[in-house]
Amino acid sequence: MSLALEPSVGPATTKQVTRERIAGNVQRYGAAIVLGLLLVVGSFAFPTFPTLSNFTNIATQSSFLLIVAVGMTFVILTGGIDLSVGSVYALGGILAAYGSTWGIAGAVLLPLLVCGAVGILQGLLIAYGGMAPFIVTLAGLLGIRGLVFALTNEGANTPLIKDAAVTALGQGGMLGLRWPVVIAVVVVVIGSVLLARGRGSQTVLAIGGSESAAVLMGLPVARVKFSVYVVSGLCAGLAGALNAAYSSSGVPTVGVGLELSAIAAVVIGGTLLTGGRGNLIGTTAGVLLLTVIQNLINQVGSLTSSVQAVVSGIFLAVVVIIQTVLSRTQRL
Amino acid sequence: MTEQLSTAAPAPVLEARGVGKTFTGVAALQGVDFTLRAGESLALMGENGAGKSTLIKVLTGVYQPDEGQMFLHGEPASFAKPVDAQHAGISTIYQEVNLVPLMTVAQNIFLGREPRNRFGLIDFRKMQEDARSLLATYDIHVDVRRPLRSLALGMQQMVALARAVSIDARVVIMDEPTSSLEAREVETLFRVIGMLRSQGIAIVYVSHRMDEIFAICETVTVLRDGRVVHNGRLADLSRVELVALMLGRSVEKVKRGGVTAFGEVKEGEGEPVLTARDLSRKHQISGIGLDIRPGEVVGLGGLLGSGRSETLKAMAGVMQLDEGSLTVDGKRVRSGSVAAAIKAGVVMLPEDRKAEGIIPNLSIRDNIVLAALPRLSRAGFTSRAKQDAIVDVFMKRLRIKAASPNQVVSELSGGNQQKVMIARWLAMNPKVLLLDEPTRGIDVGAKAEVQALINELADEGLAIVLVSSELEEVVEGSARVVVLRDGSVERELRGSEVTEQHLMAALVGENHSPADESPAEIKERL
Repeated sequence: MSLALEPSVGPATTKQVTRERIAGNVQRYGAAIVLGLLLVVGSFAFPTFPTLSNFTNIATQSSFLLIVAVGMTFVILTGGIDLSVGSVYALGGILAAYGSTWGIAGAVLLPLLVCGAVGILQGLLIAYGGMAPFIVTLAGLLGIRGLVFALTNEGANTPLIKDAAVTALGQGGMLGLRWPVVIAVVVVVIGSVLLARGRGSQTVLAIGGSESAAVLMGLPVARVKFSVYVVSGLCAGLAGALNAAYSSSGVPTVGVGLELSAIAAVVIGGTLLTGGRGNLIGTTAGVLLLTVIQNLINQVGSLTSSVQAVVSGIFLAVVVIIQTVLSRTQRL
Repeated sequence: MTEQLSTAAPAPVLEARGVGKTFTGVAALQGVDFTLRAGESLALMGENGAGKSTLIKVLTGVYQPDEGQMFLHGEPASFAKPVDAQHAGISTIYQEVNLVPLMTVAQNIFLGREPRNRFGLIDFRKMQEDARSLLATYDIHVDVRRPLRSLALGMQQMVALARAVSIDARVVIMDEPTSSLEAREVETLFRVIGMLRSQGIAIVYVSHRMDEIFAICETVTVLRDGRVVHNGRLADLSRVELVALMLGRSVEKVKRGGVTAFGEVKEGEGEPVLTARDLSRKHQISGIGLDIRPGEVVGLGGLLGSGRSETLKAMAGVMQLDEGSLTVDGKRVRSGSVAAAIKAGVVMLPEDRKAEGIIPNLSIRDNIVLAALPRLSRAGFTSRAKQDAIVDVFMKRLRIKAASPNQVVSELSGGNQQKVMIARWLAMNPKVLLLDEPTRGIDVGAKAEVQALINELADEGLAIVLVSSELEEVVEGSARVVVLRDGSVERELRGSEVTEQHLMAALVGENHSPADESPAEIKERL
């Protein structure tokens, strides 16, 4: 049969497959490659950049966002979005500060319980109520921020953490790394194993890839969708608590816009915003990239934080353009 | 295979007794009796709206019947949701492949029941081995680590089938499984169906394609207006009898009507309204020339990949050309611009109605006037009265059956959706109408109406180019046929040459006489 003229809807040729594989790898590891380049360039350009203390700083600054972004990755992999994480992060911080009166257990468990509950509520509305994730979590973003202000007398109070064990959780560490960094690494490792080899994560990918197919295959679509929002809530709460421990206080205004940074990191990391494909190594690279860009701009000294925002924005736009091109090459 | 039924008939796997289903007062199914035996392949036939899809949905647990009872292996059964039917061994293969394109073949086959190691983690190696050996039992060899989307549609359909069967399916329901497959892929599908049947799996097959039905089905159940009007062996029916049963008309009446509803066709006269010269695009078409006169229907013949759809797309401005010119009424039309083509009076009815044509959630009115809106607007405001007038004219003229112009298009049958599409383009006052598979996927009755309409439009002086993968349609509907092969014009058939025989010969090329291949074989390749 002479199908030589059939346009590209047919079976892929070897050449196409190779090209698609390369495109797929660039999409997957592109953030890590760019990160490597930036580290090299930055090291040559600024003598103060490649120091141990600066790298430790970058790691600490990244750790909070990274934990949030891990949860966000799972949500985005299902094709959803969680806009509430910034507010939940602040809530986690406040609750950790209040909970620290019961020691380290209170400082960790109270935020996890309440933020997990926020995730449960949002997850129920989205997975079982069939509501749009964007709207439900937008309501979360507004409502939880309101709750944070209500808990802190319109934001006038900044509850402090006096328990030494709790502040040690933020500021202490091992092997020269602060605990938040260690915990973030543990979260990424656990998340990666689950994502690669866990059964539920197959359903996560299936939902993002084609929700109707997942339903027709009898997969537990609602249960898994529900779970990712709970995980996201827990991650945001944990990150908020660690940040509070690190700064010895629950600041009501932290985490404004954090959800956007998390989404940006996830997308830069190669996860498709439509879901179905992505990994946590990419997300980690995405988070580090955002932090390193900020750090490099700080190295220049004369530039303000607004420059950093502009550069990050341009960077994100470029990434999205490249991703679109790569997706087309792979006929996604 | 056919002996199976006549001799010791195996016990029924799935039965429905007196099943009825009513939607807001309209009975979609009434007293339907349905029996399916192990290893049987049953054709479920009926026009659109006859109740086929409702019955399938009842059998697969999407709908619950209002009355009657279903039996599985002789035991009363009811399915509250699709998963229940799946667990009971009833799997469905849909028209569109319902798998996850981004995931690998192996992942798709084992989604939801992945093999795990002792830590509870997925054992990918075992999964891939199992997937490979499962596919190998059906003689399908493919790299199971490849993402599903990188496979051809037919192969994807095969993976869906393998998945369905590996979940211990006893019944596989196939709803138009071949509508997006190529002939070769259909062959593989049929081979796999044969293997499934020899394993005692029962098949319910739904298709508009008569060739397929007669090729692989053994028994037939015909539905009309929600009732079973015939049950029996397919071998006892001729095609005409089957169509007569579906339509509820006498055999004589169907015969007299020919296979298609086209009336007399004649070649156009006078100056060509559309002249295409040397249309070329790398790897797709090369040096195609056409002259279309007012009042004639020109068939564009060709096998899949011959460039017939591409030629239409080139003329409609959808596809950018590397070379070539298009002239309408003596005026050159800029290539690669749909707007320029429409302005010149060339419009195209796309092949894929759902993806490229209708806007499903808009009303009939909005769908019809959509393309004409720029003409009906002044300073950005459109006149509702003018819209209503146009919509009214075309709904009457094309006999679009709908509750009102405000009905949402997705609620209409395929045939009526197609008429809405035609109306949209007629509202543009075109000179040339390019039709790509105008009757694909619509039922027999609506098909006849669309064919009659094409006739009428040509009589009124419209120039029409017709592409169809059904030979009869091209032969009976066109005054002359331009046959494409490998992206260029192979030959032109006129007058008495316009027969299926000549067309087939031209389709495969002259140095390849039709004697080498049986007509059925050539048809397969369309």
